[in-house]
Amino acid sequence: MNNTGKSVTRVDAYDKVTGRTKYYEDLMPKDALYVRIKHSEIAHGYVRSIDTSAAEAIEGVVRVLTCFDVPDIPFATAGHPWSMDPSHQDTADRHLLNRHVRYYGDDVAVVIAENEVAAMQGVRALKVEYDELPFVLDVQEAMKEGAPQIQENSPGNLLKHTSAKGGNYEEAIKNPDLIKVEGWYETPTVQHCHIENHGCFAYEENGRIVCVASTQIPHIIRRVCGQALGRPWADIRIIKPYIGGGFGNKQDALYEPLCCWCTSMMGGRPVRIDCAREETFVSNRVRHAIRFHIVTWLTKDATIAARKVEVFSNQGAYASHGHSIAAKAMGSFAQHYPCPDFESDSYTVYTNRPAAGAMRGYGMPQASFADESNIDDCAKVLGMDPVDFRMKVIMPKDYKDNFSGNVNYFDSFRACLAKGRELFDYDRLYKEYSGQTGPLRRAVGVATFWYNTAVYPISLETSSNRMLLNLDGTVTTQCGETEIGQGADTAFAQMTAEILGLKSYRDVHVVSCQDTDITPTGLGAYASRQTYVAGFSIRQTGEQLREKILKHASERTGQPTDDIDIEEGNIVSLRDGNVLMSLGELAKIVQYDPVHSEHITAESTFTIRSNAYSFGCTFVDITVDIPMCKITVNRALNLHDCGNLINPALAEAQVHGGMSMGLGFGLSEQLLFDPKTGRVLNNNLLDYKLSTFMDHPRLEAEFIENPEPTSPFGTKALGEPPACSMAPAIRNAVLNATGVEVDMLPLNPHNLFRRFKESGLIGE
Amino acid sequence: MAQYQLIHFTLNGKPVEKYIDVRASLTDVLRNDFSMTSVKKGCEVGECGACNVLIDGECYNSCIYLGVWADGKNIRTLEGLLGPDGELSDIQQAFMDETAVQCGFCTPGFIMTAVEILESGKEYSEEELRKLLSGHLCRCTGYENILRAVTKVMKQRLKKS
Amino acid sequence: MYDMGTFYEAKSVQEAVELRLAHPEADIIAGGTDVLVQMREGRRAGKSLISIYGIDELRGIRLEDDGTIRIGSLTSFSHITRDPLIEKYLLCLGEAVDQVGGPQIRNAGTIGGNTCNGVTSADSSSTLHAYDAVIELTGKNGIRRLPIQEFYIKAGVVDLRVEDGEIQTGILISKDSYENTNGFYIKYAMRNAMDIATLGTSVNARLSADKKTFERVRIAYGVAGPVPLRATTAEQFINGKEVTPENIEAFSKEVLNDVHARDSWRAAKDFREHIAVESAKRALIESVRRCGGEV
Repeated sequence: MNNTGKSVTRVDAYDKVTGRTKYYEDLMPKDALYVRIKHSEIAHGYVRSIDTSAAEAIEGVVRVLTCFDVPDIPFATAGHPWSMDPSHQDTADRHLLNRHVRYYGDDVAVVIAENEVAAMQGVRALKVEYDELPFVLDVQEAMKEGAPQIQENSPGNLLKHTSAKGGNYEEAIKNPDLIKVEGWYETPTVQHCHIENHGCFAYEENGRIVCVASTQIPHIIRRVCGQALGRPWADIRIIKPYIGGGFGNKQDALYEPLCCWCTSMMGGRPVRIDCAREETFVSNRVRHAIRFHIVTWLTKDATIAARKVEVFSNQGAYASHGHSIAAKAMGSFAQHYPCPDFESDSYTVYTNRPAAGAMRGYGMPQASFADESNIDDCAKVLGMDPVDFRMKVIMPKDYKDNFSGNVNYFDSFRACLAKGRELFDYDRLYKEYSGQTGPLRRAVGVATFWYNTAVYPISLETSSNRMLLNLDGTVTTQCGETEIGQGADTAFAQMTAEILGLKSYRDVHVVSCQDTDITPTGLGAYASRQTYVAGFSIRQTGEQLREKILKHASERTGQPTDDIDIEEGNIVSLRDGNVLMSLGELAKIVQYDPVHSEHITAESTFTIRSNAYSFGCTFVDITVDIPMCKITVNRALNLHDCGNLINPALAEAQVHGGMSMGLGFGLSEQLLFDPKTGRVLNNNLLDYKLSTFMDHPRLEAEFIENPEPTSPFGTKALGEPPACSMAPAIRNAVLNATGVEVDMLPLNPHNLFRRFKESGLIGE
Repeated sequence: MAQYQLIHFTLNGKPVEKYIDVRASLTDVLRNDFSMTSVKKGCEVGECGACNVLIDGECYNSCIYLGVWADGKNIRTLEGLLGPDGELSDIQQAFMDETAVQCGFCTPGFIMTAVEILESGKEYSEEELRKLLSGHLCRCTGYENILRAVTKVMKQRLKKS
Repeated sequence: MYDMGTFYEAKSVQEAVELRLAHPEADIIAGGTDVLVQMREGRRAGKSLISIYGIDELRGIRLEDDGTIRIGSLTSFSHITRDPLIEKYLLCLGEAVDQVGGPQIRNAGTIGGNTCNGVTSADSSSTLHAYDAVIELTGKNGIRRLPIQEFYIKAGVVDLRVEDGEIQTGILISKDSYENTNGFYIKYAMRNAMDIATLGTSVNARLSADKKTFERVRIAYGVAGPVPLRATTAEQFINGKEVTPENIEAFSKEVLNDVHARDSWRAAKDFREHIAVESAKRALIESVRRCGGEV
């Protein structure tokens, strides 16, 4: 392998360190009209009327459009592949602007103006009258009889309920020798906080709509825009430039459909929607707050006999990704710690919170917090070292999940735990830190996770790729999988160079921008799928291109195709290793052949029908300042078995970012709601406590590279996994330091104070 | 009624002048009037650092700095860091080499703060560097590789001098 | 682009006073880190502004003839922290303002703006209270000086007389206030940078020559009430007492007589009170240590 497995510099690094990289706003037409959205100032109710006269009188305001003007077409926004099976399609439960407003911040009208200030003034000048309804923010409250009804088609606010069972739980727990460990574990509503807010602009060209958007999923956005506007899908052209992060928020149709509609209502004039940070927090998507109830039954010799898990997922006002998150969370338990008798239920429930969608980890950070907290509670009850207990009960080697077909080929959990234990000097520290009594206490903590790679078999997995041999012997490649900051383009360049036998990944030009008029259809960035799924189509397309190249080379050199190959960008003879011609020479000869001219390309689609387990764990060393109710993370180590690494430096960087997100989830992040109005109280980066430079320890990342058998390049998920196990590792370290279970995230001073007080660590 | 004012300032070493709308932030002026698109908008209230530029040698969030205040100032953006023949500065190179760049949106602001830190010629501890860099939020990197890049160049420059 | 009315720019204090008298409806803007944020969120939308940011005579720190330290109102936080006079005599103030927001905010934000907006969480303000700072205002009738505690009227409101064209021009700390005194500020916040204080605790102490007795202890809080406040009961309790852990512990409990923390979505009353006690203790211990005493 010459090109993969190397820490080469990102293909987009130069432009990014010089500030030349163009994001959507850097491509803005000068004459774009500003569209500002009027958001509802109640959590639930109906818009009775909107007085637009004052707004329309403002100089610079061009037009006001309201929820009474939009087409009556409910649409779904989730960035899922479309399904031809209606029962698999996402719930269509919102309009471009909504008369039935379902959360504080819902979209009710837009003001279109020639300048930003007029648009802002216009929004402030709108007078909206509502028929107000009671609202509900909590899942359990929303499930009660008589709770406010949020969506017309979901009685009882239940979007979906699913169950999974194994053995006979009720029968098993009759055994009087079993030890019961029960807990409620709760995670908050948090937001993605990519530094570039979502935004887009749209205009018409030859009767079609062009929309340049900060999105992870251009092809899916085209479909959703077509559906929302009731127009043929190919009437819409989505262009995705570089984006300033997404983390799942931009794996959803956000304001692209509204933007497309606004330009169509303005005769095709360019219009722009730029989300303010405050809108990103409230009126985009958030991570599902999930409440878990776990009952674990242990045998005296420390095995798990039976387990029951209930998952209550707060969907917020609109379905977005819906039950997929809770279902994935629920599904993780029985595989993580298999036991003979298992029962689980998950409920996804509408509330009047902002709509929850995809966010890095897709239910697994929540599940991992609950599962791993409960497992440490079990170890505590048994008086066992938490790592020893895990070694005993965690997913065994060769475990196979029959639904996904995934297999734990390498006993990866135990390998990660064993390596982490050693690198972290865990055993010594665990002993050294035990039995502390003072106000400042140190402790270590551990948590594990597993993750799927891509979404097969739940949804379609497909990837398309196009390659073109350039006349200088370089190769241009493009696919529908998107660069969103993670480094996908660099991995694609390395994989393409590898398959084709090019000298360097620098001989591959990745077309970073996706344009639905040009780019082969793909699904975009999500589900930690990029390297895995694009790997299939890159391999397949690369092989096709290689075949074509060798066929031409054979014709031009007179050597049989079996006797030649591509090495370091040259056609070489396999007999003597001699260079016969360069790829550039071949490309030129073929292109400029006066009789049989050909530009050498290949294009193919691969339908992926496999999945792969990704594994890992986190070790932390913390100090708890009990009187100050504060946690300092002194050291943090993540270990991953994500298969082979295409680019170790980029993989490490991905892990840092995930750990960082996990750190915020564990310690400080939480959207707060005013119980009186349902309004989000901290819709800005000052009051929403994203971890700063000073809140981070040094982040360490280690890998165990077990090649994934199903994967063309031996890779599997890494994008989301690093975000999964940090929070429970910190929670478990707090348990080790203080003996106190803090089962509600974040572990911020407010929650620590409450729990330390309840447990007597802090006196009256 | 829009009110305009003529301002003169030095932008990346070059004297410039422009009639600007008094309501414009320095971010607006740099992006819209001078096409300095490295100046990014992440929050527009001074909480994320994406719009950071150097004004008379000190870092400011240009989103909450009025454009008219730029009059008479020496302003530097990331566009001004390239050498006369287009060569990268050491800190830009280090951001590339240390994989300190992911989505790239916070990068220009971070590099400009790094410039202020490095031009002080002082040696800082890790804790001090964290504090000096703490006016920037990044969701991609966990700050780890940014710290590595800045530390590396700080040490290189101290060795040279 | 800000939704701003008319923009006026003062180049001197006198010009600022005249503009203020001519345009009483306009707001004063200094470093802009608060005013512009509020303008954007709508609270000050459409307002006209008088910029005093260009008045360089209001920048800098100097020692007056009687030993008073004078801080020009437009001095930025970062310049205060780096100033040699502050490092020598008022280290605690330099450290306090070094915890405002992040580095860029500290380059832009001014101590005058931080006090004139009247918010209880301002990082400079509790320390200025603890040092009995005097606020200097300049208006059409000349200069007016008043103790900082009188300057703060209620949350968000300070004694700045628009009808007299007043602007704040300086902050003064007398020699007796800082001499032989060492202090410590604890900013209690939810993260270590880019945050506003959940509670700010500023303590300074002067010990007897043998370092055994508290001669004068002053303690002030931010966010323990609608405006910054002094915990005078606790001060009276400790003054004249011996430097012992027991006395410090008792002092820290006394602060509860003075703080008026409230429940808000940012923090609960009992939590703030708990932190007030713990911070008082830790800040006094550190002040003693800085005075050369032992606990």
